[in-house]
Amino acid sequence: MAQLNMVKALNLAMREGLAEDENVIIMGEDVGQDEGVFRVTEKLLAEFGPDRVIDTPLAEGAIVGTAVGLALYGMKPVCEMQFSGFAYQAYHQIEGHVSRFRNRTRGRFGMPIVVRMPFGGGIRAIEHHSESREALYAHNPGLKMVICSTPRNARALLLESIRHPDPVIFFEPKALYRAFKEEVPDEPETMKIGKAHVTRAGEDITLVSYGAMMRPVLEAADDLADEDGVSAEVVDLLTVSPMDTETIAASVSKTGRCVVVHEGPRTCGVGAEVVARLVESCFYHLEAPIRRITGYDVHFPYFAREQAFLPGADRIKRAVRETLVC
Amino acid sequence: MPRKKIKVSDKLEYLQILDEKARIDESLDPELDGDTLLNLHRLMLTTRLLDERMLALQRQGRIGTYAPVRGQEAVQIGTCYTLRSSDWVVQSFREPGVCFHRGWPIGSILQFWGGYEEGCAVPEGINDTPIAVPVASQLPHVMGLAWGMKMKGKDDVAIGYVGDGGTSEGDFHEALTFAGVFDAPAIFIVTNNQWAISHPRSRQVRAATLAQKASGYGIDGIQVDGNDVLAVYVATNEAIDKARAGGGPTLIEAVTYRLAMHTTADDPKKYRDDAEVAKWEKRDPLIRFDAYLRAKGVLDDKMDEEIRNDIKATLKSGVEAYEAARDVDPRDCFKYLYEDIPAELVAQAAEFDEALRHEGVTIGH
Ligand SMILES: Cc1ncc(C[n+]2csc(CCOP(=O)(O)OP(=O)(O)O)c2C)c(N)n1
Ligand SMILES: [Mg+2]
Repeated sequence: MAQLNMVKALNLAMREGLAEDENVIIMGEDVGQDEGVFRVTEKLLAEFGPDRVIDTPLAEGAIVGTAVGLALYGMKPVCEMQFSGFAYQAYHQIEGHVSRFRNRTRGRFGMPIVVRMPFGGGIRAIEHHSESREALYAHNPGLKMVICSTPRNARALLLESIRHPDPVIFFEPKALYRAFKEEVPDEPETMKIGKAHVTRAGEDITLVSYGAMMRPVLEAADDLADEDGVSAEVVDLLTVSPMDTETIAASVSKTGRCVVVHEGPRTCGVGAEVVARLVESCFYHLEAPIRRITGYDVHFPYFAREQAFLPGADRIKRAVRETLVC
Repeated sequence: MPRKKIKVSDKLEYLQILDEKARIDESLDPELDGDTLLNLHRLMLTTRLLDERMLALQRQGRIGTYAPVRGQEAVQIGTCYTLRSSDWVVQSFREPGVCFHRGWPIGSILQFWGGYEEGCAVPEGINDTPIAVPVASQLPHVMGLAWGMKMKGKDDVAIGYVGDGGTSEGDFHEALTFAGVFDAPAIFIVTNNQWAISHPRSRQVRAATLAQKASGYGIDGIQVDGNDVLAVYVATNEAIDKARAGGGPTLIEAVTYRLAMHTTADDPKKYRDDAEVAKWEKRDPLIRFDAYLRAKGVLDDKMDEEIRNDIKATLKSGVEAYEAARDVDPRDCFKYLYEDIPAELVAQAAEFDEALRHEGVTIGH
């Protein structure tokens, strides 16, 4: 066991992926010599060489587009988009080819590609460096959409994604990159894609979230226990698509109440999908309307305004209290 | 004959007028008058001192991450000096000198890097687009503006900036494709500062120059010494005159060097040698032009000091204006999204307002 932050944990998963399968390669902008602008690919070039860890020209469309060809030829590319805000330059490849190849070729060619990207706000970055557009990928058939939230699950989910036969869009909450450390097992550990995790057991209400918002959610759950004697169950989605309806429905069937929290915009967001599934699957267990605490339907503000904008524990606690009195 | 040489344009040129030792090639001297020469000097120096001030403000936590422009002053000033206000400028994210010359207040340049949307509120009367962060995404806009000028029969031009790294993006290729096909008055300035974060210029394209990319789109290209403000000035003015006369687009590769880090979040020691930086320090565009002006008798110590004092005063009032405008209302993130705010957003704005009141957030920094 080692105490690692999320950057080191992700790095470990890539090192393990590179070591166990010679077809795995890392490609992206500044991932080699510079070791990633967040140092997530630290020492990988030194350890595995420039044929496995590749600094590409500045062209996201070609990074993902060539990954398609590489994957067809048996390689397993792990592509880095420097920020999720620059993945749109590759979106036509992701939507048009990555997500479709297995289906179009009637199962002949899978796309074992991982597209990693940091997302979300909170680091005082300039425009296009703070958005949360996970819903875009979750809405796109043929992709798996995974979002880690702690060092341990970051390592386990990324290693699983690298081994996965289908394309995984892997979102890394950059606000958590160096936020805290966690025990990460020395032996390769994986977690199944498509499984949510009950992070905190409780009886009175279910809080559903993922990524960087897990921190204010857990803080709110602690405060609610201390201040109100409320026992909140916290579910971390981990995989946004395919969504683990069973786990969230089981929790809400038990508690009867639910608040969903995410940073991304509200309309057609992941929260909307969670609510729809709960209404479909456990409507008769619901004691109160389900609330969504989310980013508003506006562009993520520049950083002078971002702390006011980001959902925090206070907003979550108020929603919980209002839901509990319904 | 089934196999023969195809004739392609071989017009590609390299232009340098003032060499590294500040010697002028008299046959190429544009013979600018003393005021113009001094103005070019003043603007390059303003760019340099503004850049130094921005770095200091960043270190003091008064602005956020900043992308310095040290070493690239001649490209900025030489390319925008003779533009008219009816021409359009499309910047990338490393053109504070261009913005200053175009009339953007210093305070507003600071606001972008300070994390304020106000820094993108293009001042009335200025025909420029705000900073574009997604690399090369702004280049089709240059072409679109130029196309509009052509459609409306104007003799204006649109000029846009991109880095060496940006020439690898699809948007670069598509913008130049359109510019060639529709023959619009577009001027593309490629600031080849040798680096795209940690990637050297050679990682972007195997071709020997970026200027030669122009011929692939059937348009004119030229490579200039980007640390020689006279060469940049002359090449850009030729492109402008040609475009105004209906002669179509030009690609200008300005060869220069990013003397500082990519941004204040970057550590260039990870990927480049100090020796390389030292080599380019000697080619500093300001040192060269300063020496030339003094030798020519256009500049002396007293004038230089006056100019510096002037610039410092401008910077001081700019920083003051920036700091005086730091109290902003986060609730206005709803205000400018649409011309008419939809009812759903009015409701969300009320929800935000209530949340802020509960959280005890007071308006301000
Ligand atoms: C589409 C896109 N991809 C990646 C980035 C991250 N990024 C910002 S600047 C930069 C390098 C740009 O290099 P160059 O075009 O040479 O311009 P310079 O920074 O040298 O001015 C990168 C990769 C971005 N802003 N946009
Ligand atoms: Mg560059």
